[in-house]
Formats: sequence, structure tokens, C-alpha cells
Amino acid sequence: MALSHNIKPDRGLTTRMLMTGFFVVVLYAILIGVLFIVLKSLVLILVIAFGLLFCQYFFSDKIAMFAMHAKEVTPEQAPELHGVIDRLCALADMPKPRVAIAQTDVPNAFATGRNPKNAVVCATSGLLRRLDEPEIEAVLAHEISHVAHRDVAVMTIASGLGMIAGLLTRVMFYSELFGGGRGGGRNNNGGSQLAMIELVVMLVSVVVYFVSFLLTMALSRYRELAADRSGAILIGQPSQLASALIKISGEMGRVPTKDLRAAEPFNAFFFVPAVAGNQSAQDQSRGQAGGGFSFGSLFRTHPSLERRLAQLDRIEHELGQAR
Amino acid sequence: MGLFDTLLGRTKPVKANLDALFALPTAALTLQSAGGLVSSGHAGVCWKPPAGQGAQDLQSEVGQLVGEGFTQSQDSFGYGWLLLAEPELDDLVTKAHMANTTLTEAGWGAQLLCSVFGFVPEPGAAADARPFSLVYLYKRGTFYPFAPLDNAKERRDTELELRIRTMLGDDLPVEADLTRWFPMWDLPVQ
Repeated sequence: MALSHNIKPDRGLTTRMLMTGFFVVVLYAILIGVLFIVLKSLVLILVIAFGLLFCQYFFSDKIAMFAMHAKEVTPEQAPELHGVIDRLCALADMPKPRVAIAQTDVPNAFATGRNPKNAVVCATSGLLRRLDEPEIEAVLAHEISHVAHRDVAVMTIASGLGMIAGLLTRVMFYSELFGGGRGGGRNNNGGSQLAMIELVVMLVSVVVYFVSFLLTMALSRYRELAADRSGAILIGQPSQLASALIKISGEMGRVPTKDLRAAEPFNAFFFVPAVAGNQSAQDQSRGQAGGGFSFGSLFRTHPSLERRLAQLDRIEHELGQAR
Repeated sequence: MGLFDTLLGRTKPVKANLDALFALPTAALTLQSAGGLVSSGHAGVCWKPPAGQGAQDLQSEVGQLVGEGFTQSQDSFGYGWLLLAEPELDDLVTKAHMANTTLTEAGWGAQLLCSVFGFVPEPGAAADARPFSLVYLYKRGTFYPFAPLDNAKERRDTELELRIRTMLGDDLPVEADLTRWFPMWDLPVQ
């Protein structure tokens, strides 16, 4: 990671990321241990699982490009976009990734590829249309940080465990369903023992799959925050990334333009239904503003807008003090 | 709304919730340190005049209720305003709270629409900061920021508003439902 030598690293974020990674590895070890006990019949499953992971790892750029209908563009076709990425790569001392544009109005951007040499950075046409140039630069700095951090490799390996566990669960389930008749010739004692082992493996797989899914999501959120941080520091203007995030989050469209005094009669403003509604609105606002724990936040791949903006505010503050 | 109210088709006027006002001075400190935004020294209490009474009568009645230190005005929507100016935000909040409490105790609680507190960027604040208001909705007990870009064209700086929400964080109960962040064009409060 050739980014920002003179800025202090965020120790808290690093610690949380390492802890999540550590738990992934621990889970991996547990799973391997359980597999070892019943290995004989499961070699094939592992081969298939690793094969899939291998594909995901080596063809990640093509898979993502295909899924997003992204087309690679030459410097002649998109001079501004190439110009921005040239500047950022020079700043970050990185090889230039390939550049692509996806023709969709949803404002978004993504980076993919297993290492900086094979990376692709893609922006949607909606993003290029909606944002100012400094904001586009900020978003691309975030994506280039993903490339620098090798997030595709990290996330592929981290999610691999979950995939294997998921596959195991499914295979065990089917072998249970269709393998039942086959066991007729065996003696009762051995059959029930085998069934017990299968049941245990299945249970372990389900638990491992669920926990690894949660951990992968957490890791993904930390990687996003880390990319926000590096990207903001790379361009030196966290506020540009903040305004880009606000613009593409879709929250702006929900803020009304009709005057409160004019809207009041239609809104039944003076007769808000109930005190309960009032209370929940307050709780909600507190929970949201404080980035409080909510169940839904466990399953998200990206941190909430509030959390990302809060971090960017903090970086802006730190940068101001560093100057 | 309770079961009986639903069955009988009744609604009660919602009572104004005034306590959250006192969270404002603390939140203002956060705004100052995070974004260089300070109180403009102006605030306003907006109320809806009941029908069937002359505007002059009403203004003098409200004036008698709340006492000295307020300027009264009426806007193009027909709403009444009690305007106050104090250099210190603490005093602004105290006076606004006093006016609201007085009006509520006199039976005007259901007429209160909102209180508005003006904020301006300090010299040396970020270049894209602009004056904005924090609007306090009584019925919901929440605040939201409103930063007009152009009153004539009715355009607002939503980006700045959302950034202010982040700065405020936990310090102030910010209205969570963005569809209730109604603008207030041509505010009499600076």
C-alpha cells in the first residue's frame, strides 16, 4: 500500500479489521478440523469449492464487468475520466488500471481485479453526469484505494470459507435426502452413526456459514471505511468525497422543496397521529445519528452514510491540524 | 391515537414538546468546532393565527402575553412571527422557550408551528459554508437544518444540510424522516 506515508494510520480501524480477519481464520481452522474427521468423502467438495474460488479470484474483473455491462474505454473515448485516473495513479504511485464505463443511470463506481496490474476501475454514466469533477475524482480515489488495498483478493479469500461451508451444507442436505435408500444394506448401528456424523457436519456448516457471512460483511464495511480514508487523504479533500457520497446516496431526492407553511394543511401537521409516532421518530433519529447498533447493519456490505461522513469529518479535522 | 379515538373518529391536537430546545447550545458548540458555524444572534417563533380574529388584535394579544423584547411580523403565508435578537445563543434559547411556554400555557400550544434559529459561518470557515437555519418542529420534538441557496428560485443546499446533520450527530434530536425537512423560504429570521 503505497499511500500516504505522512498521515497517521487509524489504529482503531486497523485493529477492528485485524480482529475480523483473525476470527475468519479461526473459523477456517475449526471448519478444517471438523472436515478432517470426515475427510474421505469430502475431497471432491473441496476441489469444487476451491475451483470456484480460483475462478472468482482470477476472473473477478471479467465477471464484474460482465455483470455491470461495463465497456472498457480508450483515452480517446473518455479523455476526462482517463485524465483524472492518470493524475490519481501518479499521486498514489500505482500502475494505471484499465478504465471502463457502464451505461446505467444509477450513480455508482467499482473497482475489480486481483492485483493492481489487472485492475479495472469502472464508473457509471449516471455518476459522471451527476457529479462535479472534484467529486468524481474523490469517488475514483476511493476506488483506486480499493485496488491499492487489494480488496478483491482479500474479500475473495475471506468469503471463500463461507462458500465452502454453504456448499457443504447443500451437499449434505441432498445426500441425506437421496442417500437414505442406499443405506438399506448397512447394519443399523453403522447407519445411524454415519447419519449422526452427517448431521453434525451439516449443523457445523450452517453455523460456520452464518457466522462467516456476518464476518465477511463486517470486513467489507471496514475495507470500505479504509478505502474512504485512503481516498480522502490521497486527494487531500475529504469534503469532496463527503459531498459525492451524499449526492449518490439518493437521500437528497427525499428532501422536499415545498414550504413548511404551504405544506402544513396537506400534511396534517397540527395533528400528527400519535405520541408513539413522535417518540419513535426521536429514537430513530438518535439511533441513526449516533450510528447506533441496529440489526440490519450487520448484513450490509457498506457502512451507513452517517458513519462514512463522520469518518470523513474526522479526517478533515486531522488534515486541518496537520497543516 | 388510542383505540377509542380511532373508533370515535377523534383526533386530539398534539401537544408541543419544548424540552429538546435546551439541547441547542451544546449542539452549537459542536457546529462551531466541526464546521465553524455560529449563531447569527437571531431567532423566530412561528405560529399560526386562528381564523376569525383580526390580525392587529391578535398581534397585540400575543404581544401582551409574551411581554417585551420581541418584534412581531406576519409573512406572506399568513403566519405570525415573534422575532428576537440576542448576541448569546443561550439567551436566544431561553427567550424562545419562555415565549413558547407562555403561549402554550395560554392555550396556544396547538398553534405553534416551529422555532427557527439562524446560523452563519465564522470568518475563516470552509468556503462552501453558507448561512442556514435550524428549524425546530414542536410537534415532533426534532430539529432539521435548512440552507437556502436562492429564495427566489426556491433552491436549497441539501448537501450542506446533510453534512450539518452528520456534524450534529448525537447532540441534537435531528428529524430522521427526510421527507419532513420542509424548507421555509424568505424567512424573516436572519
